[in-house]
Amino acid sequence: MNTTWSRFNIASLVFGFAFLYLPIVLLVVFSFNESRLVTVWAGFSTKWYVSLFRNQSFIDAAWVTIRVGLVSATVATILGTLGALAMTRYTRFRGRLLFSAMIYAPLVMPEVITGLSMLLLFVAIGFDRGLWTMILAHITFSMCFVAVVVQSRLVTFDRSLEEAAMDLGATPVTTFFRVTLPVILPAVVSGWMLAFTLSLDDLVISSFTSGPGATTLPMRIYSQVRLGVTPEINAACTILIAIVAVGVIIASIANKRREVQKARDEQAAARN
Amino acid sequence: MKSLGSFRRTFAPWNDPAAKPFIAIENVTKKFGDFAAVNDLSLNIYNREFFALLGASGCGKSTLLRMLAGFEEPTAGRILIDGQDMRGIPPYKRPVNMMFQSYALFPHMTVEGNIAFGLKQEGMAKGDIEARVAEMLKLVKLEQFAKRKPHQLSGGQRQRVALARCVAKRPKVLLLDEPLGALDKKLREETQFELMDLQMKLGLTFVVVTHDQEEAMTMADRIAVMDKGKVMQVATPAEVYEAPNSKFVADFIGNVNMFEGTAAAVANGKIDIAVAPENLTIRTDAASRSCTVGQPVGFAIRPEKIRVSRKQPADPSINSAHGELYDIAYFGDMTVFHVKLESGRIIKAASLNAVRTVEDPLGYDDTVWVNFDTDAGIVLTA
Repeated sequence: MNTTWSRFNIASLVFGFAFLYLPIVLLVVFSFNESRLVTVWAGFSTKWYVSLFRNQSFIDAAWVTIRVGLVSATVATILGTLGALAMTRYTRFRGRLLFSAMIYAPLVMPEVITGLSMLLLFVAIGFDRGLWTMILAHITFSMCFVAVVVQSRLVTFDRSLEEAAMDLGATPVTTFFRVTLPVILPAVVSGWMLAFTLSLDDLVISSFTSGPGATTLPMRIYSQVRLGVTPEINAACTILIAIVAVGVIIASIANKRREVQKARDEQAAARN
Repeated sequence: MKSLGSFRRTFAPWNDPAAKPFIAIENVTKKFGDFAAVNDLSLNIYNREFFALLGASGCGKSTLLRMLAGFEEPTAGRILIDGQDMRGIPPYKRPVNMMFQSYALFPHMTVEGNIAFGLKQEGMAKGDIEARVAEMLKLVKLEQFAKRKPHQLSGGQRQRVALARCVAKRPKVLLLDEPLGALDKKLREETQFELMDLQMKLGLTFVVVTHDQEEAMTMADRIAVMDKGKVMQVATPAEVYEAPNSKFVADFIGNVNMFEGTAAAVANGKIDIAVAPENLTIRTDAASRSCTVGQPVGFAIRPEKIRVSRKQPADPSINSAHGELYDIAYFGDMTVFHVKLESGRIIKAASLNAVRTVEDPLGYDDTVWVNFDTDAGIVLTA
């Protein structure tokens, strides 16, 4: 393998990473800025973090965001998994193509349209807008992401596992919970995490469907920014980045370890 | 009395008119759309029998097995197991267990967990489950692998776990879908005998689906040769080999030399067949099938029943034809000679290499006589 680095390679790597991460690095650095001015460095300080945690409106918004994320990701995962099961199991029902197109459509639907149509629906049926309308909207757009993730796993799922379970006396319900679900669980968990992340950073759909008293963190940050960027916001964003980064790193390390362990086990099994 | 094959069979309930079949398949048809995977098929399988469904892929053998297991419902006809009509009974309520071609081991459970799965569904007491699992692990010699996951096992070990898992429930019938298909040749031969021993020890009825005729011949008490959703012949391995009932079966099982001709003379069990291209008359006796003079018939003879000699046999009752040695395939235990008759037809003749040294070995292009006795082949009318 060629391991020498050409200048071009190095340059493109540096530019690529700079393009991706320079804004984020700036944000993180300035969240520790002593000065109130966002663009002038005046020494290291964590005071903005302290003031952030004293800011009740931020805390409230974070709490709303987490509640919306947890509930909508969970419900979306259940519905999305069921949808994926239907799509892979019943390959010959009437209108399957339409159904499958309709599952994928929200992935490419502009958020503004999804949000607006939700708003119109809630107004039409007289549903008071607030936390629950926002949760419903988040379920709607994130369940198709879950369906896509779970479906890609189900396509490679060996149906004879389920048949074996039933052959051994398990009813279809037992089969699902004891065999199917444990086997596809990694995909279901990734689906849940994807749905949770999508819900966490959604701004457009939330803005359309929320009501008084239900403000999420992205909405809070956005409205604050309109009055000018403060280091407090930088601090809030840094915390969000840290949470996401830690999650991603843990997930990939666990995944890598599992793969290495599996490869090692298989080699050992082949030897004896 | 002469018998087909080289050994005597003591277990033959299918010859006993009083014996009740354990599995009765009655006029079963299974259609997928317009395609009939299984077409008006009837079969009786007896208790403690090792029964093989043999056929090329797409002949409907797997579909039939899946209907026994309950994964498919017959479009028409019915299946009785132990006298009970299986229509509408889901797989989890049938007294059968199936071993899958892919083994279908639960990847998230240990070997123990896999074997215990079926027992837990029965609601068996915990202590009893542990005892049964231990017994099964011992049976398949996997005691020290109890805590492993399927991916930590070799192919042969996985196969044994799959077997232990479906035997654990003590089903009345065990269905095996290509049970040895994923194993390499050496392991497959060992496992064949292990399976036979297991079946004897447990006294179960085995129904095996396979496309490997050697496997079917080795293991099974009886074989059903299938083609296009129909059973062509059901018989013991020796009968299927030595007395095939049709050109299809004769051709499908083993090697065969097939002649097409017409019945020239028919008299008390003896049939003379005129074969046109060679202007040859094959004299046969011990013909189990009757035919009339002038009827087109086939004549099938296995290569090992044909001798190759330098001189024409003196006895005129022996069938013989003249040709030249065209190809020689040496397999170690036996040698197959390809003899080209004057008509251009190639005759395959196999001879066992029972001695190490030969005085005057045959060579390429030698002029030889192929010859065989009157009872060496079989007359086929279908």
